[in-house]
Amino acid sequence: MLFTVNKSPFTTESLRSCLRFAGKDNPVLLYEDGVYGAQAGTALEGFIKGALTSRIIYALKEDLAARGIDSLIDGVRVVDYAGFVDLVAERNVCPWI
Amino acid sequence: MADDEIRDEEGNGGEKTKFLFIFKRPPHGAIYPYEGLEVILIMAAYEQEITAAFVDDGVYCLKKGQDTAGVGIKEFAKTFKVLEPYGVEHLYVDRVSLEARGLTEDDLITGVEVVEAEEIANVISAQKVILPF
Amino acid sequence: MGYRMKFAILILEGPYQHQASDSAYHFTEAALKKGHEITGIFFYNDGVYNTTSLMTPPQDDRHISKRWSELVQQYKIDTIVCIAAAKRRGITESNLAPGARISGLGQLTELGINAERLITFGD
Repeated sequence: MLFTVNKSPFTTESLRSCLRFAGKDNPVLLYEDGVYGAQAGTALEGFIKGALTSRIIYALKEDLAARGIDSLIDGVRVVDYAGFVDLVAERNVCPWI
Repeated sequence: MADDEIRDEEGNGGEKTKFLFIFKRPPHGAIYPYEGLEVILIMAAYEQEITAAFVDDGVYCLKKGQDTAGVGIKEFAKTFKVLEPYGVEHLYVDRVSLEARGLTEDDLITGVEVVEAEEIANVISAQKVILPF
Repeated sequence: MGYRMKFAILILEGPYQHQASDSAYHFTEAALKKGHEITGIFFYNDGVYNTTSLMTPPQDDRHISKRWSELVQQYKIDTIVCIAAAKRRGITESNLAPGARISGLGQLTELGINAERLITFGD
């Protein structure tokens, strides 16, 4: 199951709550304002790095670009919309919106 | 509802589709949970397998004693109580979300099941369709 | 990827106010480009506003209802606007964008049953 998060982790608990329910094998995709969580050098970098030790975290390329985010936390993978479609096709989706 | 009552009208081999409604938002501030409930009431006629889970502020949807007369919005917590005849057999409530809000099971309408996050995670992974409201 | 999968899309937010409709559009477009089938798009909650033919955005902005209309007509995608949500918000046959139809939540249920994936975009 792919979990998708579209809120900034600086505004809501959405990402934190998503991680409580997404098992270790389930990847998380950050999109829309969710991509702010992928930026390097923030107060949440340690938290995101911790989450990365047990699951894959993707960030949506088009939303990163739209927000001028070019420096990502090591280990966060970037996918575009085509990649988003592939992820949902592979494993179904739980929109954590 | 007994398993032998499964219909085969949808051409999917008689297998029921598993739908999970995840309620994450509180009532009244936005229409999301109310419109989610409306989907459940319609979907129930299709005799699929429907489950609901309440996490984060979604647990407030089930709070007893809501009086919406003063805000003029329809009260709907009571409707969650009558979902069982509609084939909605489980209303799971996340214990951590409930306790974080200073609530206990006694503060909620009857007929809900307070469970750990792991149990809800297992329910999530068994679904075909997950609808967030 | 060779397998042609059946996707359905649920949209819960209105145009311009929230990115959800844009995200749903780009996802739908990407899925079609990959050769997948979109078995239906369902507009619910404020999402029904995406289908008003009355919107006239500035010329230098995307025209959200027109863009949906063109895509769903080109690919012959069943596009359903929830009748209860539409009635609440003043969307009727008379101001419905081309390519969409007004129907009930039963249609959403059928999309969930018959599609292989149903993905929701909302707040």
